[in-house]
Amino acid sequence: MTLDTVKHAAETPDTDQPWAELGLKQEEYERVREILGRRPTGAELAMYSVMWSEHCSYKSSKVHLRQFGEKAPETDALLVGIGENAGVVDVGNGFAVTFKVESHNHPSYVEPYQGAATGVGGIVRDIIAMGARPVAVVDPLRMGAADHPDTKRVLPGVVAGIGGYGNCLGLPNIGGEVVFDACYQGNPLVNAGAIGVMRHEDIHLAKASGAGNKVIMYGARTGGDGIGGASILASETFDDSKPSKRPAVQVGDPFQEKLLIECTLEAFAEKLVVGIQDLGAAGISCATSELASNGSGGMRVELDDVPLRDSTLSPEEILMSESQERMCAVVEPAKVDRFLEICEKWDVTATVIGEVTDGDRLEIYWHGEKIVDVDPRTVAHEGPVYERPYARPEWQDALQGDDAAKLARPANGDELREQVLKLVAHPNQASKSWITSQYDHFVQGNTVLASPEDSGMIRIDEESGLGVAIATDGNGRFAKLDPYHGAQLALAESYRNVAATGAKPLAVSDCLNFGSPEDPAVMWQFAEAIRGLADGCQQLGTPVTGGNVSLYNQTGEAAIHPTPVVAVLGVIDDVARRTPVAFAEEGQLLYVLGDTRDELSGSAWAQVIHDHLGGLPPKVDLERERLLAEILISASRDGMIDAAHDLSDGGLVQALVESCLKGGKGARVVIPEGQDPFVTLFSESAGRAVVSVPRSEELRFTDMCGARGLPATRIGVVDGDTLDVQGQFSIALSDLRRAHEDTIPGIFA
Amino acid sequence: MSARVGVITFPGTLDDRDTQRAVRLAGAEAVPLWHKDKDLKQVDAVVLPGGFSYGDYLRAGAISRFSPIMETVIEQAKAGLPVLGICNGFQVLTETHLLPGAMLQNNHLQFICREQKLRVENADTAWTVDYEQGQEIHVPLKNMDGRYVADERTLAELEAEGRVAFRYLDVNPNGSLNDIAGITNAAGNVVGLMPHPEHAVEPLIGAGGTDGLGFFTSILKKLVNA
Repeated sequence: MTLDTVKHAAETPDTDQPWAELGLKQEEYERVREILGRRPTGAELAMYSVMWSEHCSYKSSKVHLRQFGEKAPETDALLVGIGENAGVVDVGNGFAVTFKVESHNHPSYVEPYQGAATGVGGIVRDIIAMGARPVAVVDPLRMGAADHPDTKRVLPGVVAGIGGYGNCLGLPNIGGEVVFDACYQGNPLVNAGAIGVMRHEDIHLAKASGAGNKVIMYGARTGGDGIGGASILASETFDDSKPSKRPAVQVGDPFQEKLLIECTLEAFAEKLVVGIQDLGAAGISCATSELASNGSGGMRVELDDVPLRDSTLSPEEILMSESQERMCAVVEPAKVDRFLEICEKWDVTATVIGEVTDGDRLEIYWHGEKIVDVDPRTVAHEGPVYERPYARPEWQDALQGDDAAKLARPANGDELREQVLKLVAHPNQASKSWITSQYDHFVQGNTVLASPEDSGMIRIDEESGLGVAIATDGNGRFAKLDPYHGAQLALAESYRNVAATGAKPLAVSDCLNFGSPEDPAVMWQFAEAIRGLADGCQQLGTPVTGGNVSLYNQTGEAAIHPTPVVAVLGVIDDVARRTPVAFAEEGQLLYVLGDTRDELSGSAWAQVIHDHLGGLPPKVDLERERLLAEILISASRDGMIDAAHDLSDGGLVQALVESCLKGGKGARVVIPEGQDPFVTLFSESAGRAVVSVPRSEELRFTDMCGARGLPATRIGVVDGDTLDVQGQFSIALSDLRRAHEDTIPGIFA
Repeated sequence: MSARVGVITFPGTLDDRDTQRAVRLAGAEAVPLWHKDKDLKQVDAVVLPGGFSYGDYLRAGAISRFSPIMETVIEQAKAGLPVLGICNGFQVLTETHLLPGAMLQNNHLQFICREQKLRVENADTAWTVDYEQGQEIHVPLKNMDGRYVADERTLAELEAEGRVAFRYLDVNPNGSLNDIAGITNAAGNVVGLMPHPEHAVEPLIGAGGTDGLGFFTSILKKLVNA
C-alpha cells in the first residue's frame, strides 16, 4: 500500500476518494480541493470531514448562535466568552469560575455506561483546559417513557456510567434533572455539566504561540476507539485486509483522568504551559488544528511520536482516534523537562510530538513524509456555514389551539387528593434519590447544597465562605408548544432556582438538543429557541458563555421535543446564608410569591392526569423573574426566610410536598379567598416561589415585598405531619413519602 | 504542643485534601505524604484517606498496599503508630493484613452515597477516645465495595474482643456482616471504617453535622496527653 503523501496527492489528482462515506457533501469536498489547490491526502480528507461535521463545525447552527454574541448584555462578570473550551466568569475575591454543559446523547443510547461516563470525562477536560480545578458536575438527563423496556436498559446504564466515572474522579455531583417522555425513546438526552474554579491569573487558553515551543501530548495512549469514519477510510481505500470495525463509542478510564487533572494543575501552578487543549471529538485533528489556528504561527507534528496502544493504526486513524483522557500542551523548550517530570511523578505518559513554527501551515509527518499540509484555520474555523431553510410547522396552530382548558378538572376535595397522590408518584415528579444516591455529593468537602435542592451549591473559599450555585432546567413540552417562550421558561426556571438558594445569577451555558436541521420545522424550533434564549439573557443580564448544540436527535420522521437545557451559574457571598428547600421549623408561615394564573397547558398535571400536550405555555415575564430573584436573595442575606422552593412543574402542590418531605414537617394550607383550589395547587405560572418565613420576620418580609411590588400571598403554616389543605383534603406525610419515593426504585431497582 | 498527622496521597486518592482540612479543624497539623516516599516525615499518626487509588483496578486497595510508603506504615503501625483508614484506606489496611477481613462489592451492586447513622462500639481506640461508648453519630457513607466480610472465627474474635469499632444503625447500606462499619486492631492504634468522618466536620457542609470531628480530636487528645 502506498502512503498517500502530499506529494502523491498532487501527482494523482484523479484518485477516487470516499468523501461521501466520510459524511462530506460533494460541494464540501470540492471546497476542500479548492482550498488546497489539489486533492486532499487521505489524512487531510479525514481531518476536514470530521472537523466540518455538524458536531465540530456547528455549520447549521452558527448563523443562529451568533445572536448570543450580538445580544450579549453588558457585564463586567465575563472574563472569557463564547468560543473557548468553556466560558469564565468573575465571582469576586480574585476567583474565577468556568462552567459548561455538553451533550453525549448518541453514544449513550448505543452504549449507556460508556457513553455517559465519557460524557463526564469530556466536559471535565474542557474545564481543566481553562486552567481550573474541577469542583462539581451536574447531569441533566432525558429518557424515554419510564415503563418502556428499553428505558430499563438505558437509564440504569447511564446512571452507573455517570457515577462510575465522576465518583472515581472525586467530583461531587450536585444537580441536574431526570425527565421521562416517550419522545426521547430512541434518542435519550445525556447532557453533562461541570464547574471549575481558578484564580484570575490562572486562566489558560487553547492557543499555540511562540515559534520553537514544543507540543506535548500527555495522558492515555492512542488506540482505535471512536475512530468511526476514519475506519471507513482506512479499510476501503487503503487496506481491505485489516479489521476495520472498531467500537464507535469510546471507553473511559476515570483513574487516568484523575491523574491528568492533578498533573495538569501542577504544571499550571508552576506556570509551565503556554497553551492547552483537550482531545475530544476528532482527537489530534481537532487539537492541533485548533491550537494552531488560534495561535500566531504554524505547527509541525511528527505523528510517529504519538504513543500508541495499537501499533497497527494507520496515520489517518491516529489523527481521528477519540481515545479518552488525552491532552495537548504547548510548552517553552526550557520548561519541557520540568513538564515531563511532573507527568512522570503522576505516572502519566507524555511525549513531545511537534513544535510551533514560524509559518502559517499545519504540517503533519509520518515516517518522514508529509501527509498533511493545510492552513489550520480552514480546518478549524472556516468550515462550511449553512443557512438551512426553516418554516413554522403547519401543525403548530392546531397544537396551540388544543388548550388544556377543555380537560376535566377535579370536582371536589377527594378528587384533588387522588390527583395529588398521582402527580407526585409519576416518574417525572417522583423523588430521584435512587438515582442521585449513586453519585458522590460529599467529596472535596465543599458541598453546601445538592439534589434535590433547587440548585447545587459549592463553597469555593473557606475563609470568606464565597460560593457558587448552579441549576439546569429545560421543559421540552413547553418548548414544543412555543419554542421561543419555551426556551425563555427554561432560562427563567434555572435563574429562579439559583436565586431560590440565595445566590445571584451571573451567567448562562446551554445545551441545545433538537431533531434534524434538515427538517425545516425542526430548524424553525431551533431558530426560535435561540432567539428566545438570546433575548431572555439580554433582558436578565446573564450572558451566554458557551455551550453545545446536539442535532439529529431524531428517529425517522419523529424528532424529540425541542429541548434547550439551560444552566445558570450564580454566586453567593457567604454560603452560610444559603436557603434550602426543607420546611424545618413548625409554626413558620408559608407565602407564595408572584401571581398564580389559570395556566395548565403543557403542565405536569395535563401530562400525568390526561396525557395531554397542547395550548400555550405559561406567560413569561422576565422583569418579574428578576424582581423575584432580588427578593429571594435579599431575604436570604438578611435571614428573613428559612426555606424557599421555586414553583415549576407540578405547581404549588409539588413544591409543598417536596419541602414537607425534605424537612419531615407537614403544612396546613388555606386556599386564599376567591381563588380556585385546583388552580392554586396545580397551575404552573412562572415567576413564583414558596417561602417559609419565621414569625418574627413576617412583617419585615412582607414590607419588603410590598415596597418592591412583589405579590406575597400567605397560604399557610408549617405544622404537624400531614399536608392539610383546609376544606379540601388531608394526606399523611407517610403516604406522600411512599407515593413520592417508591416509584423510581419500583421501576428500576 | 500540637500533633502532626500525616495524610497519604496515592494515585487516585480523592479525599486527601478533605482529610487534611478535618485534621486542621481539629487543631492538629496536617502533613501531606506521597505514596512513592518511604519517609513519614516524623508524623505522630497517619490517615489513609478515601478514594479510588489505582482506580480500584484489580481489587480496591490491592495495588496501593505495595506502595513504598506502606512498607514504613506497616512497620510503624506494628510498633504502635496510630493509623486510620477511611473507605479506600480501610480497604488498603485489610490488604496489608493490619486489619482482618475484606471488602466485597455492595450487596445491591450499586455505588451508594447516603447520610449514615453509626454506633460507636469501642470508644477506647486511638481514634475514638473523644466519643462515648455507644454514642450514635451521623457520618456520610459512599462506596462501591463496602461489604465487610470475614470468616466466622475472625468475626467471633472481633466481637469477643470488642474490636468492632462502629456498627451501622437503622440501615445496613451494603450487606456488611454483623452490620460492621469499622474495626480496630487488638492494640487499638489501627482503625478502619467505610463511612467518611472527614465529611462531617463542618455545619452546613456535606451532611451538615460535625459528628465526624471526634476522630480527629480523639487522636489529638491521645497524642497530646501521651
